[in-house]
Amino acid sequence: MNADPKGVLTGAHFIDGDHACCEGAIAAGCRFVAGYPITPSTEVVERIAERFPYVGGVFIQMEDEIASSIAIQGAVWAGKKAMTVTSGPGFSLMMEHIGLAAMTETPCVFVNVQRAGPSTGLPTQPAQGDMMQVRWGSHGDYQIIAVVPNSPQECFDFTIKAFNLSEQYRVPAFVMMDECVGHMTERVVIPPAEQIDIVPRRWFKGTPDAYEPYRADADLVPSMVKAGDGFNIHVTGLTHDEHGYPNMSVAAQDKLVHRLREKITRNVESIVEYREDQIEGADVVVVTYGITSRTALPAIARARRDGLKVGHLRLVVVWPFPEQRIRELASRVRAFVVPELNLGQIVLEVERCAAGKVPVRLVGHTGGTVHQPDDIYQAIITSGKGR
Amino acid sequence: MARTEIKIGGFGGQGVILSGYIIGRAASIYDNKYATMIQAFGPEARGSACSAQVIVDEEPIAYPYITRPTMMVLMSQEAYTRFSPELAPGGLLITEEELVSVRTTGQDVRHLSIPATRIAEELGKKMVVNIVMMGYFGAVARVTSKEALRKAVEVSVPKGTQELNLKAFDRGWEYVPA
Amino acid sequence: MSEELYDLETSLPVNPVERFLRMDRLPHIWCPGCGIGTTVNCFAQALESSGLDLRTTAIVSGIGCTGRVAGYMNLDSFHTTHGRAIPFATGLKLANPGLKVVVYSGDGDLSAIGGNHFIHAARRNVDMTVVLINNATYGMTGGQVAPTTPMSAVASTTPYGNFESAFNLPALADSCGAVYVARWTAFHVRHTTKAIKEALLKKGFSFVEILAPCPTLYSRRNKLGDGLAQMLYYQENSEVRHGAETKDVALGFQGKIIVGKFVDRERPTYHEAMDEYYTRKLGEQYVHAVVGGA
Repeated sequence: MNADPKGVLTGAHFIDGDHACCEGAIAAGCRFVAGYPITPSTEVVERIAERFPYVGGVFIQMEDEIASSIAIQGAVWAGKKAMTVTSGPGFSLMMEHIGLAAMTETPCVFVNVQRAGPSTGLPTQPAQGDMMQVRWGSHGDYQIIAVVPNSPQECFDFTIKAFNLSEQYRVPAFVMMDECVGHMTERVVIPPAEQIDIVPRRWFKGTPDAYEPYRADADLVPSMVKAGDGFNIHVTGLTHDEHGYPNMSVAAQDKLVHRLREKITRNVESIVEYREDQIEGADVVVVTYGITSRTALPAIARARRDGLKVGHLRLVVVWPFPEQRIRELASRVRAFVVPELNLGQIVLEVERCAAGKVPVRLVGHTGGTVHQPDDIYQAIITSGKGR
Repeated sequence: MARTEIKIGGFGGQGVILSGYIIGRAASIYDNKYATMIQAFGPEARGSACSAQVIVDEEPIAYPYITRPTMMVLMSQEAYTRFSPELAPGGLLITEEELVSVRTTGQDVRHLSIPATRIAEELGKKMVVNIVMMGYFGAVARVTSKEALRKAVEVSVPKGTQELNLKAFDRGWEYVPA
Repeated sequence: MSEELYDLETSLPVNPVERFLRMDRLPHIWCPGCGIGTTVNCFAQALESSGLDLRTTAIVSGIGCTGRVAGYMNLDSFHTTHGRAIPFATGLKLANPGLKVVVYSGDGDLSAIGGNHFIHAARRNVDMTVVLINNATYGMTGGQVAPTTPMSAVASTTPYGNFESAFNLPALADSCGAVYVARWTAFHVRHTTKAIKEALLKKGFSFVEILAPCPTLYSRRNKLGDGLAQMLYYQENSEVRHGAETKDVALGFQGKIIVGKFVDRERPTYHEAMDEYYTRKLGEQYVHAVVGGA
């Protein structure tokens, strides 16, 4: 279906990534946001607070991030598309409710405008230090979807994408921005509403007696109803059966947790997205995501001018990780270079998939600023010289 | 014009960020170029020297930060002291004449100044000093077309102040150093 | 939904609260002598007498023994995380103001880990009914000290007795702006039923504290006898004092229990305040939220 034109500010704007994220959420149909102020994400909710009264949305500034991350789930079960927005310290507080959303299959969007940590760290400076936390931060086995924008335009586009994927697979989806992208101002083109594809909720179409809340469809995703529809649903974070009732058996646990995992892993080809440039025949492939997909470009261009065959694989969806593609490339390239604004997170995934076939070189950076292109260039050159 | 890196500096409340925003908006929305603006956040944005950086290019901008600014617009002494050494050799330095006293350091730059505060006061509102600076910058630097920059001023300033701001912009654009 | 007094096939009498319960989930997990089941009976009768549309009534619980109540009620029911029933309920209510939202949870869940949410929901006057079952301990995890454990009472984590001051929950709710505050015990089933009914029909943040025995952990460890003994204590030591100043209703170890309806006042709810404010500020440009839309 198309976006509701009432919420879409069609046109060319010169806005920052935080504001573009807000507009993406509104275009995606988000009409409930709960948040708590935290630099550098606050501008998202400030704009939400300003815009929502004009588009029929409800914004509430909760007492903390724990509350925000579950208030949105209440709103989803009342029939809304909902989002919360935060940065590192707040994201850490939200971990339990990522697990709740995964377990109860509550579609919702978390935006994390990453700043340098650990702890309070550098509130006003960028990092990509939460990339493993977003995947593994809550306890237990579960899957999530995370997209990583590199510009204000993508903050708009990918927020919509996150909502759509979240609704399609009934998982929490994450927009993993960073301070640089969030506070960077560039042209953002918002298309007409009829050109914006929106995935509506998977509403159950039958009658209450035919409904089992956690009976999955063929793609392993169940259909949903909302409170007040007369279905008397039960939703619990406990291990549950198809009816939604707690079931503490090993068999129920095995069945449920496998499905929560496989609804993503089996659909991974439809979810993963990456952009490739000059991969064919490349000796060195630079794997990037988010802001590093931009800071690596001058380095890649310079290395190519030196005569090196350098490919660029830029992850758009980081989780689930495109394992298959990295495995294929590992059998034909000479090395991977992975720049990231942390001391080695996604590089571990690349290493896992490369499985020792070729060297994988991290260009780490603790954050606070972005990479100097020269650091990435040197890593490419070193990797290109041989094993 | 290839990648142009511009730094605007001044103290909080002078409209430094708005100035950067206006250049970026002019280039990217009305001149069909690419522009990336990044404002300095943190304690320095409140009260003391603050800055905005804008990159304008004909091509998409990969690296989003300025590395060696080729143009600077400085509106306070502190901003001058802090930022002017970063200016690239042969770069353009525009200062507010009465707020910045420029030392002759032998730096290889093209220096121009404008009494923007005085002009703004003549117009009846000291607030528009940054827009006078923008007009002068636009005429000298030619990073964007006049129409684009003027339009960006018009749509970026608060409602009800457009006329005054456009007047300020024109005075800056037309200014000829004595 | 049967409202017959006898089952037509078996001729056995039908429990009048059966239609409010998920009978396929029984038996419940509570211990013999536990007071929670008694309060659920009161709650079901309050639902009945309130005349609320059960289709649009939702119940939210946190974690713990009382946290299991949501799972036994034949309503839209949400069993959330520890301490977070109130913020979940806040999202549920604000996203669909047509729902009647009840939070049903324990003292540890709502006043310790969830204490921050409790005070803020009361302050905002989010339209919900909070039923708090106070058994003075953490039952599910084995009888640890709670913010409601009376001074000197023994718990597994205060083996020599508790030396922390306990919360006076009606005073807390009152001071934060709750529009309805009452306290009863599991002994006072009619009063409890009436209080829950009044709370359900009250617009705004309504709060009912119900003292209930935990014979397995609290009573046994404090040598207070079985569930019945604790009921006798409630009977003999309760004093009904409607309209009491909430600062005067603190509880001590096996001391006097002031029960009654303490607060009943009017304040605009969060939703009313928001609607009224935006309508005044933004006029016709203000777009009221509609239900659903995902």
